[in-house]
Amino acid sequence: MSNHLVIAPIVLPLLVAALQLLVGEKRRRTVLALSVASCVALVLLAAALMLAVSADGVLGAVYRIGDWPARFGIVLVADRLSALMVLLTSVLALALLPYALGRWQHRGGHFQPLLQFLLMGLNGAFLTGDLFNLFVFFEVLLAASYGLALHGSGARRVSAGLHYIAVNLTASMLFLLGVSLIFGVTGTLNMAALAELIPTVPERTRALLHAGAALLGVAFLIKTAMWPLGFWLPRTYAAASPVVAAMFALMTKVGIYVLLRLGLLLFGDAAGPASAHFGSGWMLWGGVATVAAGTVGMLGARDLARLAGYNVLISSGTLLGAIGLQLPAVTAGALAYLVISTLAIAAFFLVVGLLASDGDDETDDTLSLEPYVQPGEPAPNESLYAQEDESRVVISAPIAMLSASFFACALLLAGLPPLSGFLAKFAMLAPMLEAGPRTGATVLFALIIAAGFCTVIALCRAGIQIFWVEPERLVLKVRLSETTSILLLLGLCLLLTVLVEAPLRYLRETARQIHAPAVYIQQVLPAAEVQP
Amino acid sequence: MELVLAAAIGILAASGTWLLLRPRTFQVIIGLTLISYAVNLFIFSIGGLRTGADPVLHHAAGDIAQYADPLPQALVLTAIVIGFATTALFLVVLLTSRGLTGNDHVDGEDGTP
Repeated sequence: MSNHLVIAPIVLPLLVAALQLLVGEKRRRTVLALSVASCVALVLLAAALMLAVSADGVLGAVYRIGDWPARFGIVLVADRLSALMVLLTSVLALALLPYALGRWQHRGGHFQPLLQFLLMGLNGAFLTGDLFNLFVFFEVLLAASYGLALHGSGARRVSAGLHYIAVNLTASMLFLLGVSLIFGVTGTLNMAALAELIPTVPERTRALLHAGAALLGVAFLIKTAMWPLGFWLPRTYAAASPVVAAMFALMTKVGIYVLLRLGLLLFGDAAGPASAHFGSGWMLWGGVATVAAGTVGMLGARDLARLAGYNVLISSGTLLGAIGLQLPAVTAGALAYLVISTLAIAAFFLVVGLLASDGDDETDDTLSLEPYVQPGEPAPNESLYAQEDESRVVISAPIAMLSASFFACALLLAGLPPLSGFLAKFAMLAPMLEAGPRTGATVLFALIIAAGFCTVIALCRAGIQIFWVEPERLVLKVRLSETTSILLLLGLCLLLTVLVEAPLRYLRETARQIHAPAVYIQQVLPAAEVQP
Repeated sequence: MELVLAAAIGILAASGTWLLLRPRTFQVIIGLTLISYAVNLFIFSIGGLRTGADPVLHHAAGDIAQYADPLPQALVLTAIVIGFATTALFLVVLLTSRGLTGNDHVDGEDGTP
């Protein structure tokens, strides 16, 4: 296949990052221009890829690196799911660029090249069709993310970064163990070939295969931050600079993507009675536990960045539970939720970053929330509110814009109408009810609704404490570029509210495709190559 | 040979896990290194243990069963390179943390005043 479109989203950021390193940090304009050009080109490439794979009759594009046939060489596979994730990554990166312009990119070295390497790793992980290659791309994106997590330095960031790196290095070891066990049992690491071989694995070694898959799963569940493997997340995300945290909102979704892809490809219905749906129960109940833990954490969070971090946990848990159910209709809704929650959480991190910053470029400060009032204690500041003269209250434009953005984020995160958060949640929850009574589905359903309600409480509380104070206490310096990023992300969510039909149709088709992996296998391993 | 290798992997992994759970950053990095040795040996062993077998086919190929499986060797090479790089990065962060907080506790605070 001569279509180089599939490999372009990996090669482009790699080249741009290398070029940016060569140009050097002194020439800020050139570096920035390269970044912008790369991100715009990535969005266009991803859109072209999406169009290519969603055309009628085309089920995916396979790119054989070095033109080696799939069993011997490494393949890249673009199907609807990969194209969706690549597009989401590129759009998020492009939307975040203006924000980074403001004060963040100069707080440490090499922000732009690291971002490009991160994009390369993300796109590679989404497009690869080989387990070991997936490991390599994971390491690329993790190495870039270590640099980004530490961006800006400071004791808090370094300490959180230390934990983040230790946890991820351990997870990588588990990943390697899982990959090597699977290779030992089946003799291949190509995902499609694995899917073909798994039903024929002899009973004697099936336990080993399952052990390998479970180790692999644990590695991804650590990245997804499933309870109890996710304690590193809120701290790391709260400590990272806002624009990095916003980009990291996508990183947990990489774990979700891999679990969704491998869970359905390797352990779908076709895997034989002994292996079918292996691990789906763990994902479902793990997801339930994660939503519960995230909700409790969110209600108890004492600063705004950590509150946003717990929202990432809730989003991860919801997605894990939904894909653990392994129903095509629920998966389609979950994909919609994935897109919306990533964009909304990213926007939320940006808003939090602006609110917490006091305009001083040198210090990092978090916005702490007041503790809950104990019953029996008098409410503080009561007399203060009574004396307030309302006639002189003027709301400045940045505060109005930020509070509107905060409100929109709250609606999106809690999944309330009229924004797309509600539509996505509805698309995910409605099929759960239609599927008939299953304990897991019922518990998950109830918990997601409860988590939405608790999100409303937590965000209302935070919003009241931040915005409904005397105007002098809330002095903000907001730059136009920073506003642009937030408005871009929220505008995208709004656009998805209006144009909901076409994306949903695409997602339904995506879910149908990944629930029927036979086509994927056929695409990667054409019949002619099956005979050695 | 299998027994010796299995024991070596087990001992390395066990010591590594113990060290990983210790509170000092230096112990953690040594633990990570030991675990990565264990994992590398493990990957190496999945191709089956063989003495004196060639991984690369040469001219008079003969029976393929005489050769060692080359793929685990390629995988372990990649894993070693990546593991080495990330460990080096971790070392830098460790030193930065030591410099910024003034102690070598993983949380940046010692507990002792």
